[in-house]
Amino acid sequence: MGIEAINAHDKELLTDIQDALANCMKCGNCQAVCPIYKEIGKESAVARGKLALMEGVLSGKVGITEHFEELMGLCLCCKACAANCPCGVKPDELVIRARQAIMKARGLGPIKTGVFKLLSNRPLFDFSLRMAGLFSPLSFKKLPGRMAAVARFPMPGLDVKKVMAPMAATPLRSKYSEVIKVKNPKMRVGFFTGCTINYMYTDIGDSVINVLKYNDVEVVIPKNQHCCGTPVSVYGDQERAKVFARHLIDVFEDYKLDYVVAACGTCTEALKLEYPHWFADDPQMKARAEKLAKKTYEISEFLVDVLKFKKDKLGTVNETVTLHDSCHMARGIHVTKQPREVLKAIPGIKFVDMKDSDRCCGSAGSFSMAHYDLSRDINDKKVANIKATGAGACAVSCPACRMHIMDGLVQNQVDTDVPHVVQLLDRSYKAGKAY
Amino acid sequence: MNKAYVDELIKIVGEEYVLTSIEDLHCYSYDATPGYSNMPEVVVRPANAKEVSEILKVATKNQIPVYTRGSGTNLSAGCVPMKGGIVLVMTRLNKLLEIDLENLVAVAEPGLVVAELNTAVAKHGLIYPPDPGTVATASLGGTISENAGGLRGLKYGVSKHYVMGLEVVLSTGEIIKTGGKNVKDVSGYDLTKLFTGAEGTLGIITKAIVKLVPAPEARKSMMAIFKDLDDAGKAVSGIIAAKIIPATLEIMDNASIRTTEDYAHVGLPLDAEAVLLIEVDGIKEVVEKEAAKVIAVLKENNAAEVHMAKDDAERDKIWAARRAALPALAKLRPTTFVEDATVPRSKVPDFLKAVSRISKKYNVTVGTFGHAGDGNMHPTIVCDLRDKEEMKNVYKAMDEMFTEAINLGGTLSGEHGIGLGKLPWMEKQHGPQAMNAMRSIKRALDPALILNPGKLLGEC
Repeated sequence: MGIEAINAHDKELLTDIQDALANCMKCGNCQAVCPIYKEIGKESAVARGKLALMEGVLSGKVGITEHFEELMGLCLCCKACAANCPCGVKPDELVIRARQAIMKARGLGPIKTGVFKLLSNRPLFDFSLRMAGLFSPLSFKKLPGRMAAVARFPMPGLDVKKVMAPMAATPLRSKYSEVIKVKNPKMRVGFFTGCTINYMYTDIGDSVINVLKYNDVEVVIPKNQHCCGTPVSVYGDQERAKVFARHLIDVFEDYKLDYVVAACGTCTEALKLEYPHWFADDPQMKARAEKLAKKTYEISEFLVDVLKFKKDKLGTVNETVTLHDSCHMARGIHVTKQPREVLKAIPGIKFVDMKDSDRCCGSAGSFSMAHYDLSRDINDKKVANIKATGAGACAVSCPACRMHIMDGLVQNQVDTDVPHVVQLLDRSYKAGKAY
Repeated sequence: MNKAYVDELIKIVGEEYVLTSIEDLHCYSYDATPGYSNMPEVVVRPANAKEVSEILKVATKNQIPVYTRGSGTNLSAGCVPMKGGIVLVMTRLNKLLEIDLENLVAVAEPGLVVAELNTAVAKHGLIYPPDPGTVATASLGGTISENAGGLRGLKYGVSKHYVMGLEVVLSTGEIIKTGGKNVKDVSGYDLTKLFTGAEGTLGIITKAIVKLVPAPEARKSMMAIFKDLDDAGKAVSGIIAAKIIPATLEIMDNASIRTTEDYAHVGLPLDAEAVLLIEVDGIKEVVEKEAAKVIAVLKENNAAEVHMAKDDAERDKIWAARRAALPALAKLRPTTFVEDATVPRSKVPDFLKAVSRISKKYNVTVGTFGHAGDGNMHPTIVCDLRDKEEMKNVYKAMDEMFTEAINLGGTLSGEHGIGLGKLPWMEKQHGPQAMNAMRSIKRALDPALILNPGKLLGEC
């Protein structure tokens, strides 16, 4: 095929977003808020440039080249541009559309193909991560006093400096029985753990379960649940993402649940907002997705808006606390008040808001592995803002943010801890001898 | 195509800062102006004046056009590389070099974002008044080169009233300094003013000394609703005649009122012909007195309703309506042309009526809002650039609007600059002799004619 023929083929892959692209009036307001543009300073890094490149594909001026792929990879999907766009354009969604086109035109690339394949095979994925947990002490060194570990030797795809979460010796879902009974259950709630909480931050999962139990909730942790699909969706593998979504809908439908909670903004958004969208052209699946979406809540949102969590036995937690609003919490599911309400209810906590609390921490899931130095630069700004509050703890609502912020704090020698909001509530209940 | 000069550019700034891939070049083929784009041959991102000077020497030697660019947010196609060549991106020169509190000036590099300058000087109780709508993204150099204004233009003026001195690289590569920190300075031609608003056609600004003013200690915002456009016009003139110069005196016409209300639900009456939004600022006692006077003038001129903001929340609500005007219009259709034809203050109602007539005549959607106090209107045309038939009517409507503004004694641009967008009407406004005078200046300062060629004056 000649260049023209290739470009003509590439063009077809994006024709359905032609109108969405035309809505960008090129005002450049996205430059003010894009964390990547702030670091790189090149037009191709900012939403306006990326959208122009997609238009370039449509007009035949630009092909879906390796460089095009690299440039589309440089997006955190943090939605800051979308929130700041006077024309209502959603560049994060269009970048994902471009990545879908890239996958069709160029394939996934060897590393992602391998990882995504592993991720698709639930039993194998489960086995691998359990093994990783068992052998974790051999390959990772745990940092004292923190849920953090560094690699003992170089590993592919991982910067040697990066501080990771330790792999759990026993995954969360193996630690608990599938149904956790309470005396007088008010309701029956499914817990969607997500991968990071299941295999790494089981401490967050413990707190979710403790807190729900104390609030008279029967907790169900479906054994066969698997990845929400977002990690593959954002890299353009939409078909695989839908397989994950379908599986999760199947699994959670099997239990009679009043609600479903997750302790991760991104996972919650997948169930709550993305799934109905992914099945837009499949009425039957869409209806099922909507049913699940309606009963899904993020944990703080659930505690405040639905459960109206018990406040009689809240013990004192003497700590200055600030909050990082992750992208998917702030601009995805729009849950920013509830985590603050939880924190402010805890006696002893002095809450201090940090500057730009809803600015992306630079993690963006695997982005921080593929572009470690860049994600560090973005994270350094977050760390500086945390440090300026003098907080002893920076609460989060997303395990991936927790890992990346923890990494940043360690790299910058800042002694702040990074607990999940629900862990602080758990700590307060324990201090109040609630259980 | 001779690309040997690209190697010379790499030697000057380093490989990292010379962009040549199709993808990168494509990203510098446009700015915020609809309808203009062209690929440059190369994009260069220098770090200092010396590098800029070396780049210009290479460009002059090889006869390569140079298009200087800041954040690329201008609305007149000022940095679109219509003839290819070099796009010179100035955003790496972004340091705030000095805040001189004794002389109330700041010294900064051109890539500094204006809002960042304002944040820095706010700590000292000072402001840098030019605040275009893009203040959070626009670069200082870009706003100086386009002579940008903003909402506070009526009382505080535009960029040219604040630029006291410049460091400029000429097309030969020579670096010159103009003006300085002196409040009074009548030594020689006023080159500072000449380079301000020159749209990158005469030289490249590499440093600016700008005037700062004390931040007002108090402010009061008001909103008045008019059933009759002429009454609103009379109220505007009446306020000024009462010897009050509000910081901001804005108008929205019926089309923009309806669009804004539909989009933002801020409580604007759909049948109003015009809304005036006013803010007075300064010393507390004076502000109180002036606000009362403004309200009296509004009522004398048959304002149907007058609201005064009691606190910051109410003030924010009033300005949210004005801020929503552009996004509300922009969301109607894919393409948005924000024009800035300006007429003498007394002619604002005449101009608004003409715009309304012209939009009906050509069946194009136009909402007008703008700075009534200084006559700077923003007729905003929304359309779809991909619809060739519609665009014919859009350009015809534009032509009549600009002609109308000139006939009313107005000017093509109050604050966006000429670039390419308003070039066709330049001779109509200035006449052939004045155009020749301007072209002589261009030829004298840029004999190789490489700096933003074809813009502002057309071919020289």
